Amino acid sequence: MDKLLKLLSENSGFTTAEIAAMLGEPEDYIKAQIKEYENSGVIKGYQAVVNWDMVDDSYVEALIELQVTPKKETGFDEMAELCMGFEEVESLYLMAGTYDFALIVRGESMQDIAMFVAKKLSTIDGVLSTGTHFIMRRYKDRGACLFSDEEKRDGRHLIL
Amino acid sequence: MIDYNNFINKKISTVKPSGIRKFFDIANEMDDVISLSIGEPDFQTPWHIREEGINSLKKGKTWYSPNRGFAELREEIAAYYKRRFGIEYDAKKQTLVTVGGSEAIDLVFRTLLDPGDEVIIPEPSFVCYEPLTVMADGVPVIINTKNEDNFRLKASDLRAAITPKTKLLVLPFPNNPTGAIMEREDLEEIAEVIKEHNIFILSDEIYCELTYGNKNHVSIAEIDGMYERTIVVNGFSKSYAMTGWRLGYALGPVPVIAQMTKLHQYGIMSAPTTAQYAAIEALRNGDRDVEMMRGEYDMRRRLVVDSFNAMGLTCFEPLGAFYVFPCIKITGLTSEEFCTRLIMDKHVAVVPGTAFGESGEGFVRVSYSYSIKHLKIALERIKEFLDELKKG
Repeated sequence: MDKLLKLLSENSGFTTAEIAAMLGEPEDYIKAQIKEYENSGVIKGYQAVVNWDMVDDSYVEALIELQVTPKKETGFDEMAELCMGFEEVESLYLMAGTYDFALIVRGESMQDIAMFVAKKLSTIDGVLSTGTHFIMRRYKDRGACLFSDEEKRDGRHLIL
Repeated sequence: MIDYNNFINKKISTVKPSGIRKFFDIANEMDDVISLSIGEPDFQTPWHIREEGINSLKKGKTWYSPNRGFAELREEIAAYYKRRFGIEYDAKKQTLVTVGGSEAIDLVFRTLLDPGDEVIIPEPSFVCYEPLTVMADGVPVIINTKNEDNFRLKASDLRAAITPKTKLLVLPFPNNPTGAIMEREDLEEIAEVIKEHNIFILSDEIYCELTYGNKNHVSIAEIDGMYERTIVVNGFSKSYAMTGWRLGYALGPVPVIAQMTKLHQYGIMSAPTTAQYAAIEALRNGDRDVEMMRGEYDMRRRLVVDSFNAMGLTCFEPLGAFYVFPCIKITGLTSEEFCTRLIMDKHVAVVPGTAFGESGEGFVRVSYSYSIKHLKIALERIKEFLDELKKG
């Protein structure tokens, strides 16, 4: 795996000098490489991993399973495009298994999401069924442990 | 009143307490200390390895293991040395599973040494060799490895240290605290000297999986003529992040392992059963974990070395273990002073090089077995410390 991408995908907060040191490459090379990834769309953006459970003014998320009828010409892509258009849809994946799409949907309340599913999603032509699963608590998100502070968990003792 | 000194063995009274401890005790008194002093992996034991330990407990496998360790584990250990270093050991007769590499080191000294036998110990090195030699009635003979030699053991220094009383050479590479390694050519030169004299070798290879820059560890037992006079000591602590499981092993010639086994049998009986089940899993399916951890350490190593050099504390490139050993002479402070002031002023704990032998004067040991986030905070504070020193 590309070491630079792996590093950035785990933590995009490093300076290019730090990345250069860690990977043993010249800083100019790292800068150019990142630029190239950004320009070509390999790197789509940088986001903070937020532990929303610690924030009062938070939101609700649900995982929604969607079964659809694929279109003759465009397969699942047309449906995907329709779903992607909703700003409530945070992530969208085509799945192998008992349903076709998995959506992560974000709303201000459970009611909000329920209305979105009932009114916007299930009414799309070609949607056969939906299944809504509300996310109760996030323990781990994009590799980050959210329910405990890892730094504080250093249980090592100096023994010699 | 009892005078306890009359009851306590004279030699143990002369053994100095470890110099690493002192700074840890200071650090314990402060609540915002950033420590770079711990010498064990920050990773937890990989889950699949822990699970095998747990499974063995669930199945009720709570009895002693055979004295030498489970046959299955010893076969895996022998297979590992064959696969990794091309060295063949008879699992039945040439392996002994111990309570950490430390027990194996102690057994080697007590099995080989007669009173007055000299043991050559390159320093700076891990703190246990000298006291354990003394307790086994041996006489430690120290060779100081040097910064300009990248802290490798030089054949000429070895030759100069050998006397008719020399029985054993300790080879502590990859090295704690310097991070130095010995490459094949270095070992071949050492082997030439060993062949001229009748000497045994204790090769402490506990950090064998932690080498960087495409420099795979080479065991001296691989070098022509050395196999029959080398006891290899290794373990699971550093390679698989299994320090708390307390499991190590010794490999070597049949008669020596047989006598070590006898001592182990009387003193310890057998290594922890649960740990042995976990270790079998580690050797069978742990290669990817080792690779992952090595990759992580390597990034941290580069970052830390780079930062120290940028701060002006020159640092030879350590190619093994998880320590860097920057030279602090430029500050005009002794190692002890440097560490004391650093912890007092900036609440950062590192270990003075002198804790690993007098030749460590002018250096400090910095462990990078910490998260990058942690390392960055510590390095920032060390930089502030140096800037303030410069201003006076």
